[in-house]
Amino acid sequence: MSSAALDASATGAPPRTTSAEEVRRGEKERKARDNRIGWAFVAPFVVVFVMFLIWPFVHGFYLSFTGESITGAGGQLIGFDNYAEALRDPIMWRSLLNTLWFTVLSTVPLVLVALVLALLVHQGLPGQWLWRLSFFMPFLLASTVAAQIWIWMYNPQLGLVNYMLGAVGVEPIAWLQDPTWAMIAVVVETLWWTVGFNFLLYLTALQNIPEQQFEASALDGAGRWRQLRSITIPQLGPTTVLIAILQVLASLKVFDQIYMMTQGGPGGVTRPTVQYIFEVGFTGYRFGYASAIAYIFFAIIVIVAIGQMRLTTRRSA
Amino acid sequence: MTTTVTPQPQAVGAVHRQRGRFAEKAGLRIGERFASPGRIGAIVALVLLAAFWLLPFLWAVVTSFKSETAAAATPVSWVPSDGFTTDAYTRVLREGNIPLWTWNSLITTVAITLITLVVTALAAYAFSRLDFTGRRWLFWGIIASIIIPPQVLIVPLFYEMLTLNLIDTYWALILPQVVHPAMVFILKKFFDQVPIELEDAARIDGAGRLRVFWSIVLPLSRPILAAVSMFVFIGAWNNFLWPFIATSDASLMTLPVGLQTVKSAYGLQYAQVMASAVLAALPLVVVFLFFQRQIIKGFATTGFGGQ
Repeated sequence: MSSAALDASATGAPPRTTSAEEVRRGEKERKARDNRIGWAFVAPFVVVFVMFLIWPFVHGFYLSFTGESITGAGGQLIGFDNYAEALRDPIMWRSLLNTLWFTVLSTVPLVLVALVLALLVHQGLPGQWLWRLSFFMPFLLASTVAAQIWIWMYNPQLGLVNYMLGAVGVEPIAWLQDPTWAMIAVVVETLWWTVGFNFLLYLTALQNIPEQQFEASALDGAGRWRQLRSITIPQLGPTTVLIAILQVLASLKVFDQIYMMTQGGPGGVTRPTVQYIFEVGFTGYRFGYASAIAYIFFAIIVIVAIGQMRLTTRRSA
Repeated sequence: MTTTVTPQPQAVGAVHRQRGRFAEKAGLRIGERFASPGRIGAIVALVLLAAFWLLPFLWAVVTSFKSETAAAATPVSWVPSDGFTTDAYTRVLREGNIPLWTWNSLITTVAITLITLVVTALAAYAFSRLDFTGRRWLFWGIIASIIIPPQVLIVPLFYEMLTLNLIDTYWALILPQVVHPAMVFILKKFFDQVPIELEDAARIDGAGRLRVFWSIVLPLSRPILAAVSMFVFIGAWNNFLWPFIATSDASLMTLPVGLQTVKSAYGLQYAQVMASAVLAALPLVVVFLFFQRQIIKGFATTGFGGQ
């Protein structure tokens, strides 16, 4: 509104004599200019957005209905064959189960441990930089670096994990090669590597809790434990919901550390869906079939996201 | 008393000092606050947890300074019998490709960050200030696209790069990584809070939109631009899946992708593998040590919108 008035005065017409007709014309000109400049400003983003997000997204959907391979053969439409094959494919199902299992196993500690770490650090002990460094630094490492460090930690004969467990009498375990332990080992690595992000979000939320609430409750004789239970934890509710939602969506997309540490093994017990998409697409070179699995995966992500939104809106309503 | 959004150690300390004084006034015993069993337990827990988080780093560094014989010796020990050595580093730097991979990572990451910043800031400004046709549906389309995981796009993107003949070029690494719809959202929210009066004044003086954007809006937005750049930079620096797919030529590999090949190339050379990992981690660790506060603040700003 105010910019329309300014435009009118900028053209030199004194506001007093501006007729309704002129205002409308000015408004029209402003609109045309906004249109031109607006599209000019968004154009660069729209170009890369369409070329490298929307187009592949649409083309992938098309590919999922073809038998396309890297040689360019089999590019014709084959209807729902890929999807039918995927639903009968035990490896696809197993990879979905692995992904869900990893999500369950990783989300719970990644939220709870992050909360505990943030509460402990927020007490304000000396050496704040050191605590932050310890818990947040791993998050800044490339997945490759984190994975290589932990492959070495988990080495059955030479790794630190078995060495330390050996000190308390535990027999050496081949963490990444043993089907019962491989997924747990990957989850521990993931916790170490990524908890810093959730920790940071919690720490920020803790610092935003109004101090008066603690002072008032202290006057009423509430101890620290009581304050934690009745003020801090409830105040962190919305943050916890957001962190949990983001964590579930992030965990569902797991690939890097599993691919590097176990290659999906042993016997496929850790292979996540993204790895299966990758294998079908880039070792089997079946672009059509890989796309179909990718879209099944995408559908699950959307369903989970919508489910989470429903759950949280009902809760706050 | 208010605490700031930024996690500043001093602010936290001040809060606690003041809380201590307050407790004194309220007639609470200081001793209870600072030496209760609960508090001691909390301190012990914090120290143990920090040790657990630092231990893998320490172990990696110690291994990297061992000879290969010492690294592969049982029983495991922290101090090698033949002493510490920098052999692993010399061999990795002389025989490996780490400098080349670092260079590739640097070139592509800087390009990704700059292009992302320019295209997202321009778009976010338009969404914030200019009432152009289709603005609403375009904006909502961009927001909705945040749900699309990059992992879903790997096959069609690879196909597209084949068609464009860009596989095994820097462009194949750069272009798909400059699309950050969430950053458009974050920047638009920030621009919405920049007072429009400042711009109006400049526009009366005849400055065009681009001029206003460049010399008024951008300088005012430095903190958020820094946060977005940092988020994009670190994400691109560490990205694995797409660069892994888009490059087969060893001379174009980025640091994370190249490092993945080290394990197989060196066989059982544990000290050299750890030396490579330490070298690869070093740039970000150093940057983090210098800019800890800014980086933490940046992630706190972009965090919820960025994932």
